[in-house]
Amino acid sequence: MTTIINNNAAFSIEDFNLWYGNDQAIHQINMKIPRNEITAVIGPSGCGKSTLLKTLNRMIETIPSVNTSGSIKYNDKDIFSKKMLVEELRTHVGMVFQKPNPFPKSIYENVAYGPKIHGIKKKKVLDEIVEKSLRGAAIWDEVKDRLNQNAYGLSGGQQQRICIARCLAIEPDVILMDEPTSALDPISTLKVEELIKELKKDYTIVIVTHNMQQAARISDKTAFMLNGELVEFTDTDQLFSNPKDKRTEDYITGRFG
Amino acid sequence: MTKKANLNYSVQEMISKNKKSNSLGNLVEKLVPIFLLFCAIVSVLTTIGIVFTLLKESLTFFTKVSLKDFYFGTEWSPWTDKFGVAPLITGTLLITVIAICVALPIGLAAAIYLSEYASEKVRRTIKPILEILAGIPTVVYGFFALTFVSPLLGEIFTDMKIFNALSAGIVVGIMIIPMIASLSEDAMSAVPRSLRDGALGLGATKFEVAIKVVLPAALSGIIASVVLAISRAIGETMIVTIAAGATPNMTFDPTQSIQTLTAFIVQGATGDTSYHSVIYNSIYAVGFTLFVFTLLMNILSQYISRKFREDY
Ligand SMILES: Nc1ncnc2c1ncn2[C@@H]1O[C@H](COP(=O)(O)OP(=O)(O)OP(=O)(O)O)[C@@H](O)[C@H]1O
Ligand SMILES: [Mg+2]
Repeated sequence: MTTIINNNAAFSIEDFNLWYGNDQAIHQINMKIPRNEITAVIGPSGCGKSTLLKTLNRMIETIPSVNTSGSIKYNDKDIFSKKMLVEELRTHVGMVFQKPNPFPKSIYENVAYGPKIHGIKKKKVLDEIVEKSLRGAAIWDEVKDRLNQNAYGLSGGQQQRICIARCLAIEPDVILMDEPTSALDPISTLKVEELIKELKKDYTIVIVTHNMQQAARISDKTAFMLNGELVEFTDTDQLFSNPKDKRTEDYITGRFG
Repeated sequence: MTKKANLNYSVQEMISKNKKSNSLGNLVEKLVPIFLLFCAIVSVLTTIGIVFTLLKESLTFFTKVSLKDFYFGTEWSPWTDKFGVAPLITGTLLITVIAICVALPIGLAAAIYLSEYASEKVRRTIKPILEILAGIPTVVYGFFALTFVSPLLGEIFTDMKIFNALSAGIVVGIMIIPMIASLSEDAMSAVPRSLRDGALGLGATKFEVAIKVVLPAALSGIIASVVLAISRAIGETMIVTIAAGATPNMTFDPTQSIQTLTAFIVQGATGDTSYHSVIYNSIYAVGFTLFVFTLLMNILSQYISRKFREDY
């Protein structure tokens, strides 16, 4: 894209509210998510982390009862405006889900799926994209000899990295991750964390996590949410060493809930 | 905190007391599997009995008419001793092909709509209606074919017979639409949401998700539903008896009158065929042929659904 972007926010969220039917899940959030950094979102269960994340690529709209107010701008464009095609938004803002969800197809087909639905058909090009994405997701060496096997035959950690590769294959600008390591063992978790830090060079990453050590290890900025509100959002070091808000302090020191 | 903190009785004590006093329950526990086994055996024995009768009477038939004349003869006219079954088979195939051509696209489209596009409310209204449609007696469909569809088609194909394969086939197709739609919808709804999310998250449209993710993942269920529907079409009796004419006719021209395997069985069984005549035995031979057909369909469906299975 050649649009000149005159601030360094990938997303600017302003006065954003969200309701599931009559239940308000997000209250009046204001937040600027910086480009090419890792932003972690932490907070107790049910505080609205996933809801906020899924709003950023409008996946939340698959739930019919959802209503929103306020604005969210992606690269200075309102994501809710009529001019914004939701499919296009999602090609720029990719997503990795909490539970690995590869398609019941071969490893190759999984990674090639995105490029294919967007009209890339040449076998040679697809081959290159698949290799590049699998390398990018640090799983190429593990699967290069069995690209035609079903992705369901892989371990959970491998499946999750296949899902990351699938996401990388369409070269998004932003990657949203909802607890991407919660279903993984410590070693796979470490691998995925290394990978996320690696990806930071080229992508803006927003990651929801329950694991505060993880947030501290990998993120540049951390947002703490509570009951649908954004309590504190600042540099990760600052938030963990010197929280401004009493509620943040209670939460990170484990004196909470 | 102990587990009995607020209770002045022990759950464990009550459980063990109930266990001892409940000897009737123990007896029932022992009898139930025996009863269930009995039911299972009854159903297996009935099936074996049916196959046995079919085979026995068919074998009697084949001592009077040779296998070759039966399966390779091209004329079916039992009252003049011509027992070539081919016209009945082509009749059955013609009806089945027409029915599937009608039911597959409509049924599948309906299933995709219901599982991928319809709101919960619409789905909850339409599905029961589909199931009611499946419960209409076929004799009603037969008269619908004869008195409504046939005259309507007669306007288009002017040299069409009143009793013809096309209207019967179309109406058999209409009859099996709910079956394909409902069972395929079940298969598609069973595809986990996370797969749809995965594709939507890559910028796929709803239609791409339906065609490239949900359909392949549900394929084995869909194929099973189609094969079941084909079996239904092959075995369908009332509609073809009423609307297709009773003219064994070796043709693939759908505007002509034809007779199917099933329709002949009705004709043979309701006419004044004397017990142990050749015609009487021929009913069994035709029935046996029909049985082989549906059996083959079943085996085919097992094979296909195993081959295309996408486990999720
Ligand atoms: N589909 C839904 N329909 C109605 N309410 C929902 C739905 N999804 C979430 N909610 C409600 O919205 C609130 C926020 O949920 P959300 O899933 O965003 O929490 P979360 O912070 O991601 O929690 P967790 O850490 O457990 O994943 C919760 O109170 C939840 O009950
Ligand atoms: Mg969540």
